[in-house]
Amino acid sequence: MFTAATVLSALELGFIYALVAMALFLSFRILNIADMTTDGAFTLGCAVSATAAVAGNPFLGLPLAMLAGAAAGFVTAFLQTKLGVPSILAGIVTNTGLYTVNLAVMGFSSNVPMLKTQTVFTTVQALAGEGFPYKLVVAAVITVAVCALLIFFLGTRLGLSIRATGDNPDMVRASSINTAFTITVGLCIANAMTALSGAVLAQYQRSADINLGTGMVVIGLASLIIGETLFSRGSMWTKALAAVAGSVIYRFIIALALRANVPSECLKLISAVIVALAIAAPALRDKAALNRRRAKNRKEDARHA
Amino acid sequence: MLELQNVSKTFNPGTVNEKLALDHVNLHLEPGDFATIVGSNGAGKSTLFNAIAGEFIADAGHITLDGQNITFLPDYRRSKQVGRMFQDPLRGTAPHMTIEENLALAYLRASHRTSTFSRISRADRQLFAEKLSALGLGLEDRMKQPVGLLSGGQRQALTLLMATLVTPKLLLLDEHTAALDPATADKVLELTKKIVAENHITCLMITHNMRDALTLGNRTLMMDHGRIVLDIAGEERAHTTVDGLLQRFAENVGHALDNDRILLSTETQ
Repeated sequence: MFTAATVLSALELGFIYALVAMALFLSFRILNIADMTTDGAFTLGCAVSATAAVAGNPFLGLPLAMLAGAAAGFVTAFLQTKLGVPSILAGIVTNTGLYTVNLAVMGFSSNVPMLKTQTVFTTVQALAGEGFPYKLVVAAVITVAVCALLIFFLGTRLGLSIRATGDNPDMVRASSINTAFTITVGLCIANAMTALSGAVLAQYQRSADINLGTGMVVIGLASLIIGETLFSRGSMWTKALAAVAGSVIYRFIIALALRANVPSECLKLISAVIVALAIAAPALRDKAALNRRRAKNRKEDARHA
Repeated sequence: MLELQNVSKTFNPGTVNEKLALDHVNLHLEPGDFATIVGSNGAGKSTLFNAIAGEFIADAGHITLDGQNITFLPDYRRSKQVGRMFQDPLRGTAPHMTIEENLALAYLRASHRTSTFSRISRADRQLFAEKLSALGLGLEDRMKQPVGLLSGGQRQALTLLMATLVTPKLLLLDEHTAALDPATADKVLELTKKIVAENHITCLMITHNMRDALTLGNRTLMMDHGRIVLDIAGEERAHTTVDGLLQRFAENVGHALDNDRILLSTETQ
């Protein structure tokens, strides 16, 4: 069904985009905030990383991108916690502002080609030699390392405080946790991960584009929800790895759609439908169960009558 | 230990719904005092707790805790020293986190030995298990389970443990057994008495049970219209009956105590 090349590229992309799924795991699942900064932060990561790589610093580009993403998250959190902007609106406002920032980072051009630029990937390729699946290894190592750090962090005092903030805000205020602080830290980390994803992607595909992040929040959610549906129960480890798995599976679904000659312009619509269906699944299931009961009752009534 | 001077709070000032919820409240608690609070619906009992815990900053007056002026301290900084329990068992714990993680949250935040990136150590786990087994609910065997699976009584007992894991200077109990069935309520109340006594915690407890109000702790306060109208302790308190208390309330404020739940609970006892 798939050629080795498509499997490989789905895995590579799956690992790269998994960082977005994990970022949403932190903001959407743990903090219970739908963070609309995601799209802009992803592009910001692309832009910073591409610009740094073109300037000859592909490795420095990754931490710089994370820093930039964290700054974007900080703005959203600041609007939300200090200025009383509703959380969704705060993200949209930041996202809108980021469009200009992203253009500025790319030198007011809508894309940065980097065909001959040295990247993190080409550096590893040069070191490892022929035949080494360098793209997959680089993507997987970065994602797994971030995943491990995230899980370690969530077990610390600050991490537990962030988790409690999303789980029971009442309790959190009564237990000496400053929710403004925990929300800020959470959103900074989430957007740093999103930006890292964009940063790795830009170097992977050797170009950055102002529209790369469009719809990223939906794609990330789709991955997250696919992962949760398949491996929802268990420890933090299972949950975070489920986000990675979901992201890989999502890439396979896309690869399948492309094989079935679905034009690539339609992919965003497909993502949207997947997310809508996945989020609606519990409600649809309940409704179906109710309808079955109704039909059964009607049948029994008819028999008694 | 706790000192309130002329603390006032008005809700919705300047509107038709304006309500003077706390009216120049003065209160002094000695270290180790355990005072119960009764009062009519809307007398300002919970508002008093909110003022002490810092849910809002009082409009006027001073609040001092153990010599420190906390009048303008935000709630999350007060709660290091002030433990608090609510009527609703769901308010005190994080349902999707495990028992161990909930305890860790309470422990790591208030303990002095830990930093931002401290994790649960083996010694901590040992301590949690010991404290849990003292509750006698078998929770020590379920430390890896999410708190959402526990019953209301178990969650309230856990909240009590969390509030006192690192001994607070002041414990505020806002009808914390009122939402539990009678047997569980008794159990949680017994645990409360035991933990408060063992750690010599200064404690304020709102209750609608008049008998508890007179037998628990060493002082009884009655509130009405945002004021403390009655404050009895010692001999005087020991000789007061439930009927006597209601009578004195009526004499002091000029009308009978109107708390629907209090009437119910005095009838059944």
